[in-house]
Amino acid sequence: MSAVLQVKDITMQFGGVVAVNNLSMHVDEGEIVALIGPNGAGKTTAFNCITGVYEPTNGEVLFHDKVIAANHPTGKMKKLYAGENRGKYTRVVSNTPDKITKLGIARTFQNIRLFKTQTVFENVLIATHLRKSSNVLTATFRLNAREERAMREESLALLETVGLADVAGEMATSLPYGKQRRLEIARALATKPSLLLLDEPAAGMNPQETDELGAFIREIKERFKLTVFMIEHHMNLVMDISDRIYVIDFGKLIAEGTPAEVQDNPEVIQAYLGVDEE
Amino acid sequence: MSFSTVLPYLLSGISVGGQYALIAIGYTMVYGILRLINFAHGDVFMVSGILMVYLNASGLPLYISLPLSVLLTVVIGFVIERVAYKPLRSAPRMSIMISAIGVSYLLQNLVLYITGGLNQVYPTIPWISQSISVFGATTRMVTLVTPVLVVILVLALVLLINHTKVGMAMRAVSKDFETSQLMGVKINSVISVTFIIGSFLAAIGSILYFTNYTTVIQTSGAMPGLKAFVAAVFGGIGSVPGAVVGAFIIGICESIIKGLDLILLQAGVTTQMLGLSTFSDAFTFALLIVILIVKPTGLFGEKTTDKV
Amino acid sequence: MQNTISPVKKKADAATWITAGIILAVYVAVFVLEQFLPATSMLFTVLKKGATYALVAVSMNLLNGFTGLFSLGQAGFMLIGAYTYAIFSMPMEARATVYQYYDCAINVTLGVVPSLILAGLVAAAFAFLIGLPVLRLKSDYLAIATLGFAEIIRAVFQWQKLGPVTNGSNMLKDYPTFNDFNITLANGRTLYLSTLMPFIIAGVCIAIIVLLINSSYGRAFKAIRDDEVAAEAMGINLARHKQLSFCVSSFFAGVGGAMLAMYTNTIQAKTFTSAMTYEILLIVVLGGIGSVSGSCVASFLFVACSEWWLRFLDQEQYIGTWQVPLLRNGFRLVVFSIIIMLVVLFYRQGMFGMRELPDILRGKRGRRAGKGAVK
Repeated sequence: MSAVLQVKDITMQFGGVVAVNNLSMHVDEGEIVALIGPNGAGKTTAFNCITGVYEPTNGEVLFHDKVIAANHPTGKMKKLYAGENRGKYTRVVSNTPDKITKLGIARTFQNIRLFKTQTVFENVLIATHLRKSSNVLTATFRLNAREERAMREESLALLETVGLADVAGEMATSLPYGKQRRLEIARALATKPSLLLLDEPAAGMNPQETDELGAFIREIKERFKLTVFMIEHHMNLVMDISDRIYVIDFGKLIAEGTPAEVQDNPEVIQAYLGVDEE
Repeated sequence: MSFSTVLPYLLSGISVGGQYALIAIGYTMVYGILRLINFAHGDVFMVSGILMVYLNASGLPLYISLPLSVLLTVVIGFVIERVAYKPLRSAPRMSIMISAIGVSYLLQNLVLYITGGLNQVYPTIPWISQSISVFGATTRMVTLVTPVLVVILVLALVLLINHTKVGMAMRAVSKDFETSQLMGVKINSVISVTFIIGSFLAAIGSILYFTNYTTVIQTSGAMPGLKAFVAAVFGGIGSVPGAVVGAFIIGICESIIKGLDLILLQAGVTTQMLGLSTFSDAFTFALLIVILIVKPTGLFGEKTTDKV
Repeated sequence: MQNTISPVKKKADAATWITAGIILAVYVAVFVLEQFLPATSMLFTVLKKGATYALVAVSMNLLNGFTGLFSLGQAGFMLIGAYTYAIFSMPMEARATVYQYYDCAINVTLGVVPSLILAGLVAAAFAFLIGLPVLRLKSDYLAIATLGFAEIIRAVFQWQKLGPVTNGSNMLKDYPTFNDFNITLANGRTLYLSTLMPFIIAGVCIAIIVLLINSSYGRAFKAIRDDEVAAEAMGINLARHKQLSFCVSSFFAGVGGAMLAMYTNTIQAKTFTSAMTYEILLIVVLGGIGSVSGSCVASFLFVACSEWWLRFLDQEQYIGTWQVPLLRNGFRLVVFSIIIMLVVLFYRQGMFGMRELPDILRGKRGRRAGKGAVK
């Protein structure tokens, strides 16, 4: 199996604060990989480096063997840089989040970020915009009717797949919490990704909803031929569906392996599981 | 180009720069705390001038009317915040900005109504209106008084911000609004104090400015207000020293552009008037756009990152 | 509430038809009234200026209400449009008298429609240039930078060195105005079209804006307004879409400026002040930020009040021998400002909120009106 995503020696430093420290990870095709760690360990920051929200201070990110982000400390950071592997990377590659999404990496957010004034259907429809072939004139004067219809049909089909078709016309924010999370996933799927990044998809869900979510993630993974990389705190869910797990603490990788290996790792138990009794 | 040609423009530039500085501090402090461009601030400055005109006309002696006009300006600044901004604290940012524009519109129209839209002659304040001669250039005392007064007031303000409890609260609120609220900082009183300080300085600025320009009309505050805001952005919004430095630079540049035609002509660079004085206002905004491109955080501003 | 309309293929329902009927009725009424009422009637002044302001307000709403960008450059783009229109549509024979202090540099005369389109294009080109640096900034910097830009434009157009093009600080006149749309028929009677034509121009432009808003691009604009970070994560290129919205908005502000030039018969750069932008912003707020129909209705109300219905506030009035207090020159604007402050403070979503006329006819409770328009 080939690696879909490779994170190589990523360091993300804000001034003197090192949020992610020399982190290397990889996700292979068809895997579900989890990234866990205590609060403030730098998980979301790592995601933000992958999706182009942040430019890492040092290191490289590769997607399907293509460099999508690369940097090394420059300017003021040269002095402040506290991470390792200084001088190993010389290239600078930077992509805005929209470019990354176009390449095929979609994401959800830890604190749900739906389009508040739009309906459930429109939220998904917006995410099909990036694959359009029309320009602003053809779209305004409706010369793209066929494409527009295809976008709408696709979005509706997607809502049916995730079980939200019956609420398609409702305001996104009027949905219960669990369904909002599901809608965020549907919206991410509408961008046609090959890699899906989920940032705490089960946050705020009750145990039953969490179980359903696990099955749901497996199901969409099969149906859309996805590779999934997720940050999660619900250990049951993580242990249940992950093929492999990365554990980070204070921005550093402290363990990796299958759920069974990670569960038995003394360092993990000390740093993480020992504190969290979930 | 001789020194004596440039000197009068330089002098008036320093003077008007100081007056902009006093307005700019109000903008920069309010922006630092509320992230609000207080569009009404320039009009508060104008209203202060109008108040002085009417107080003086009512026959009060200067030693009463002058402090009274400052006091009333402070009250107006306080009331505006309480009535027009406080109720919108949780509203989207655009609403508060629109409210500020609404207040500006209201103040201008009120003054238009009261004065009938006629130029009001600003009372002559003895001593600072006196003409004096500096290296052969004739100017008014106010030109020399302004920079000195600005430095004194700014030093006092910096001391207040750095060494008093309310100053500490202000710094906390401008760093993190929500957290300082949770830490027990009385947000509303801190904001009120900010508006009081801003209005006080604008009132002082208004006395100096209108002594120089001698007439007040309802639109008198708009341009100085905008320029002072640009000065605040130029210096790095949120930074008091930045606003002051920015204001002096803008005042001097603007004044020199006003005289540039004459200066160039006398220096033999050009042979005819180019009409460049048209651009004395436009220059400020060109400067704004340049600074926003080159260094959006301004001269002394801090970089902020939004959290995802 | 269940959605009865299939999201895939939107079908026009009763409310849509009623709205279309109302619009048609307005156009017919305008045409008929103009043939019978005296041309000097205040009504037509209000309708012409109202149509002009409606277009400008909708163009501002596209930016402020639908894309969430707070721009205050409208007067600047209107000025560019007005001047472009006046310069290019002015007949050759008029140029010598208008440009009495300069040699007119532009010696082509275009028709009214090409001049209108050119007005929009020039405004959009300026918007493109100004947008390159400014749109990367946070929204409040955009406000002040666009306001500043409008001031620069105003100064530049009055610069004597540009006199051969702009006529310096002197006014431009003798270009085709609304009144030139009136046609004298063969039988000597006049077919009055001077009010209908601005309605048609504004109507076509607003229709195009509405089509844009409801297209895939419009949805992207609304996504940016609701949540920039999420929009970008959905593959929407923020810089490109903001730039697009800004240019389209400025294009129509330019056309609106040209219409204003046609309405006022003469133009001068110094009248395009920030107060004009504020007026338009207030119309947008009164109508509802994010509602096209709201902006249209509010424009006519605003113009009617300021030019006509509330004029009496500016004159001293007597009931018998008792003089009504407060009424004198300037009072109208005070009342206006107070109304606006009340709306801003207590009725933030304006008349229509984020709803459109058909939504109101359907009795929909709107889509979280007001809130979330902008972070």
